[in-house]
Amino acid sequence: MKVALRICGALAMLAAAACNSSSELRPLTVVGWGGSSQDAHRQAYWNGFTKSTGIALREDSWRGGVGVIRTKVVGGDASWDIVQVETEDLILGCEEGLFQRLDWAALGGRKAFLPSAVHDCGVGAMLWSYVIGYDGDRIKGPGPQSWADFWDVKRFPGKRGMRKTPKYSLEFALMADGVPADQVYPTLRTPAGVDRAFRKLDQIKPHVIWWSSISQVPDLLGSREVVMSVTSPGRLIVANRTEGRNFKLDWHGNIYAVDYWVILANSPRRAEAAQLLRYMTRPENQMRLASYIPTGLTNVEANRLADPALKKDTPSDPANMTDALELDANFWVEYGDQLTQRFNAWVAR
Amino acid sequence: MTSPGQPLVEFRGVEKRYSADARAAVTRLDLTVERGEFLTLLGPSGSGKTTTLMMLAGFEAPSAGDILLEGKSLADRPPYKRNMGVVFQNYALFPHMSVAENLAFPLGVRKIKGAAAKEKVDAALALVRLDGLGDRRPDALSGGQRQRVALARALIFEPDLVLMDEPLGALDRQLREHLQAEIKRIQRALSLTIVYVTHDQGEALTLSDRIAVFADGSIQQIGSPEQIYDYPSNAFVAGFVGENNMLSATVVTRQDRQCTIRLPGGQILHAVATGDIAAGDDVVAAIRPEHVQTGDNQPSRCNTLDARIGELVYHGDHSRIRAELDGGGSLVIRTPSRDGIAVSDRLPIGWCSDRCFAFPVPDITGVSTGNRI
Amino acid sequence: MPGSHARSAAPRRWWAFALVAPLLLFLLASFVLPVLLMLSRAVTDRELHTVWPESAAALRQWDGRGLPPDALAHEVARDMITARQAGTLNRVANRLNYDMVGSRSLLYGTADMLLSGVPGDSVAALARIDPRWGQPGIWAAMRHADGPFTSHYLLAALDRRLDNDDRVISVAPEQAVFANIYLRTFKISALVALFCVILGYPIAYLLASLPDRKANPLLILVLLPFWTSALVRTAAWAVLLQTNGVVNHALQNIGLIDAPVQLIYNRLGVYIAMTHVLLPFLILPLYGVMKGISPVAMRAASSLGATPLRAFLKVYLPQTLPGVAAGAIIVFTLALGYYVTPALVGGGADQMISASIAFYTNQSLNWGMAAALSLLLLVPLLLMLFAGRTLARTVPA
Repeated sequence: MKVALRICGALAMLAAAACNSSSELRPLTVVGWGGSSQDAHRQAYWNGFTKSTGIALREDSWRGGVGVIRTKVVGGDASWDIVQVETEDLILGCEEGLFQRLDWAALGGRKAFLPSAVHDCGVGAMLWSYVIGYDGDRIKGPGPQSWADFWDVKRFPGKRGMRKTPKYSLEFALMADGVPADQVYPTLRTPAGVDRAFRKLDQIKPHVIWWSSISQVPDLLGSREVVMSVTSPGRLIVANRTEGRNFKLDWHGNIYAVDYWVILANSPRRAEAAQLLRYMTRPENQMRLASYIPTGLTNVEANRLADPALKKDTPSDPANMTDALELDANFWVEYGDQLTQRFNAWVAR
Repeated sequence: MTSPGQPLVEFRGVEKRYSADARAAVTRLDLTVERGEFLTLLGPSGSGKTTTLMMLAGFEAPSAGDILLEGKSLADRPPYKRNMGVVFQNYALFPHMSVAENLAFPLGVRKIKGAAAKEKVDAALALVRLDGLGDRRPDALSGGQRQRVALARALIFEPDLVLMDEPLGALDRQLREHLQAEIKRIQRALSLTIVYVTHDQGEALTLSDRIAVFADGSIQQIGSPEQIYDYPSNAFVAGFVGENNMLSATVVTRQDRQCTIRLPGGQILHAVATGDIAAGDDVVAAIRPEHVQTGDNQPSRCNTLDARIGELVYHGDHSRIRAELDGGGSLVIRTPSRDGIAVSDRLPIGWCSDRCFAFPVPDITGVSTGNRI
Repeated sequence: MPGSHARSAAPRRWWAFALVAPLLLFLLASFVLPVLLMLSRAVTDRELHTVWPESAAALRQWDGRGLPPDALAHEVARDMITARQAGTLNRVANRLNYDMVGSRSLLYGTADMLLSGVPGDSVAALARIDPRWGQPGIWAAMRHADGPFTSHYLLAALDRRLDNDDRVISVAPEQAVFANIYLRTFKISALVALFCVILGYPIAYLLASLPDRKANPLLILVLLPFWTSALVRTAAWAVLLQTNGVVNHALQNIGLIDAPVQLIYNRLGVYIAMTHVLLPFLILPLYGVMKGISPVAMRAASSLGATPLRAFLKVYLPQTLPGVAAGAIIVFTLALGYYVTPALVGGGADQMISASIAFYTNQSLNWGMAAALSLLLLVPLLLMLFAGRTLARTVPA
């Protein structure tokens, strides 16, 4: 009996040691969205961070969805420390206590960032947006300059690419119907406003090819499957650079949003995580990001310092901000289930 | 249509090559199958016997020559139009059908259904003594039972000809002997024409009306079991059918069917001369173990030799002796008694010259020359 | 002596059980238990129960007609303040929002008003903060969520809901979507399984009849789709099938069609892409079964007088049915869970149920809904598998 107890004890100690050592050994892990955006972050931040601090970084990538993080946090150490999340993920995860509250003083104060990049649980990583993209070789002369133009299949015959979600589609529909940007969400919060948006979508539905991955957009435009598409600017700009395309963007009525860096609540390496966060948000580091990927910067000073030529195609450029609409993530947290259900029923009809 | 005396099947100059440059699996095959006979194709594996059967069944096409059934060429007739019952080595029962369904399969093809079919199925089951097992699945039967079903299935549609490809090869010895008797009984009862392939010479001798011995793609000898056993036409047949002592020797004289030969030890023997041999040729002399007599008091002995007993094995009803000849070589003797015989004794042995055959040295592969006890 | 036999067999059974017990426990702990825990969310309602225990108890006492007594309203207001301060209001707010959209902002807004000192000790007082408190809707939603069990998620997964008087009614027609998606999911999966059988059977037959030396390289070709990512595969299909794609050009060149036809971004594209990627799951089991069928059986059938067609239909085909059934069930089951491929190559009407499950699991964190949808996918699937097993047993291997 005693022997058995002793064996059990030894096993328990071994198990504990194994658990301890695994979290001791695990390098600081940062999780991005993969692809060109992750490449840009690696070149702009992560390589330099490891070089200057000696802290080794492990990378992972994901495709979003706060449910993934909930699973990981509830299940114990999830092997992730810092994650790039979208606004709705930030709101839901922060409410649930999945993320750590940030020490804003250490980050240089809330004032140092764009207002929309500041949150109790997250600091803006980059600004991105959805705009109208089209092939300049196919639409010669003046292109679409509003969502009303996007809807105008007589002036611009051909199919449209749109993302197969109610998010963005409903907002664009209302703007196409003449609702000013600042009235889009108040309108959508009323049942009549939602009906109006769907009625507007009815008009363009026969001409839409619905995409579900942004990587499809350059192909859809390039193969002339669609004449114009809802797109994020980066993909088309990269295609112009690397494939010699002549894709053009129209920023009127674009919807922009912020991606945030968060630190998971159960990260065993919070000090180093905070250190990386500070590194990635310092102006002199952040302005480097713009040279790797056309994206909006969240640090006010970095925006001032950044090369104006690089800023032209980013959502944070003032010219692109005039009639832009900031995504209302709170609206989508509250209405997302209902509107997704309705959208799925509508799109199948 | 059928003229009297016309053979049921006739192979005319049939040859089979699996590819143009390959060795022929069957060459220069001329063979007839008579109505009502039990013909066995006997030979070692690779001798062409199964290929011959498969060509007859229609699963292989001859590369040259023709096969005729009742005087008509089979060249353009697919297997399913040949009306031959085939029994395969591994039974080839349909595993998803019951025994009765297996038996009814060829009837269904021939539009025999309902009560008529059931009557035939029951009769076939009775014929192979499997009454009442019609509802079983093949996998619930023993090997012997499966073979009976396969046999019944090949007979139920009253084929012109039954082909059997090593049908008992997978069974143990006792069951094999039992089923041999069954097959023979059924063949006699139904006057079946059977072409039977086997590598088991004992089986061939027991069952057949005629045996065709195959080696290297051609027939070495064809005849009744007695002819094959008692008068082998060459060294291969002598060695393959039954047991034979094969002794190397040199021809001293030849006169028609008689010859004298000299063993390496100098002993001179009388033998029956077979084939193209002349004085001075190297030959193989064959003598069956049961034809060698021992002791001094044997009558009608034409050849006598002195030997020494090298080994002695008791088999109950007989004993086997390995007798070592002076000057090298040995032979096996089968004798009813072993009274007063012991290893290392010297023993006079002998045999009648009409039991000893001298053959040209064979160029056929697979002929055993060692004499095992 | 059956008794003594049983006695001697029992310890042996225990031994056998003890030997597999570790694996069994592992499976139980790592697979069965989590699945059951997840599925249990489809019928349990824990948010109000744990975050607002007093209010939940009071709600259960209430008869549920019209508006609640002021005491209950007062209880709710107190709980709201406590939860807002403790940072747990989100759980109740999100749960109520599932039942009544808008509840989330209603609760947060009201809680902040209450925290700033506005009174909320009666229904009327709350209604002064937001008129919705003066309507039955929010109170019915709370009563529906008072736990510990709920029908909300399963009803919602069937396009039904409870009205303010607890009657089961259909959701508004423009919200009714899941029944259609289920039917579509099962239909697409069944047809993909059928296409896989039609296309895969001859391929498996060819592979099984070839010597291994030639069959093995072909098998690797069959397995190729496994080793390419869904995105790459989809991009390749897009190149082939799009309006200006290879297939359309070829069809136009040989004069079969005058104008390009839509081959992708609709149901046809879904069938093509899913059949392609799932084909190996049919071919491999079928190939295994076909390899085990003795070729002599076909010769036997032929010798018994059966034409090649009859021999195939009566002798070969029946023996391959267990393989066909196994492959088709695997393909069907896997197809039920597909959503990335249909999303990428399908049109608006081609979304499958797993996309909804993923949405509720990952995007909106409505795991009750995800569990209910999974349950309604799992139950018919298990029934069909059971039926398939029974069917397979009638066809012996």
